[in-house]
Amino acid sequence: MRITQGTFSYLPDFTDEEIKAQVQYCLDNGWPIAIEFTDDPHPRNVYWTMWGLPLFDMKDAEAVMEEVRACRDMYSNYYIRVTGYDRSLGRQTTALSFIINRPEEEPGFRLSRTEGADRQIRYTLSSYSTDKPAGRRY
Amino acid sequence: MIDIDVAFKEAKIQQFLDELDQELIGLETVKTRIKEIAALLLIARLREEQNIVTERPTLHMSFTGKPGTGKTTVAIRMAQILHHLGYVRRGHVVVATRDDLVGQYVGHTAPKTKDVIKRAMGGVLFIDEAYYLYRPENERDYGQEAIEMLLQAMENKRDDMVVILAGYKDRMDTFFQANPGFHSRIGHHLHFADYSLEELMAIAELMVQQQTYHFDPTSRQAFWEYLQHRMQQPHFSNARSVRNALDRIKLRQANRLVKQGGQVTPDELTRIDEADIRQSRVFRGGLDEEPAKMAAVGVNQV
Repeated sequence: MRITQGTFSYLPDFTDEEIKAQVQYCLDNGWPIAIEFTDDPHPRNVYWTMWGLPLFDMKDAEAVMEEVRACRDMYSNYYIRVTGYDRSLGRQTTALSFIINRPEEEPGFRLSRTEGADRQIRYTLSSYSTDKPAGRRY
Repeated sequence: MIDIDVAFKEAKIQQFLDELDQELIGLETVKTRIKEIAALLLIARLREEQNIVTERPTLHMSFTGKPGTGKTTVAIRMAQILHHLGYVRRGHVVVATRDDLVGQYVGHTAPKTKDVIKRAMGGVLFIDEAYYLYRPENERDYGQEAIEMLLQAMENKRDDMVVILAGYKDRMDTFFQANPGFHSRIGHHLHFADYSLEELMAIAELMVQQQTYHFDPTSRQAFWEYLQHRMQQPHFSNARSVRNALDRIKLRQANRLVKQGGQVTPDELTRIDEADIRQSRVFRGGLDEEPAKMAAVGVNQV
């Protein structure tokens, strides 16, 4: 099951050129870029691991692309996303976030039901991939 | 047929060169070289458009000259020209010195240098006093590591950025002798000559005009004499000394007007008086005389 998180996730995967254009858009707006990766794609898992430090003071997307490529080489079978953070007062949040790399096989999620008191049913989602320990999931 | 005139006009090179001519006084050799580089880049671009195989010209540069001769200003202008001709993508200037590149401990230098190089991508990396990177007297100095990374970047990232090294002529020469790799990777060596008295005066006139002040005939003469004195004294740094002198003169002018009180014409607010200049200690022998005088008078009175 294809994970759809962040912007552009219903589009086909971006080429490097397209990623670079989006990154340049962020930089032109003054949003520093951060690269994050994870092997736990649960929608509530917001804390992905950061690849190095956020890339402050960059002017040109090529510098960011270098890090993107380095991260992708290292974690080619992980989910990797690029986020642009808008620090301006009143917003101070992630302005743009999109997935740039995903594992070859995405097993999707299991829906589990727990029966509680009074025949109540509680539903929860868990990723098939997280059955395995971290680092061996994909 | 390809019309070079049209291409020249479209690239708005002339506009930049004119600005350069107006804002920078003197520096004829530097200006000529910049014009040559602009022409080279324009032709290279035309060749590319015609699908003639063109190797990207190496544009790493070294600027040598005394302080205050306009190295940084020219670097900023250069970045704009290169950006305009499509040689660099952004056209910003990142100024770095030894502190920004070399780390404090093992493993600190590489990320620091890498970060600076990344910030400079798409623009110009201006390394001021580059010779401080290399310290032969200390073989454990981390400067060598930064030098190697820079050399690598100058080679591999030629398409992404232009490196400009700057500093005093003699020390840069020794630096290049010790690091031949730099010398061969730099395509253009530009030397910034010291300004003559006339040029310094023209610079002063330009600065005064930009800050909407003006000299009257007597104060112009006083400033001329001031420059004559100042040029003989130590720590003279060309245009920067002129700017600092004007800053102090503006201070004295404001003080004089406040002390004088009463009503003044708008013209008085912009006029620099002879007295504002003559008060300078440069006329009394300059900085070196001061400590001697203080000692003579005794510290109590200071």
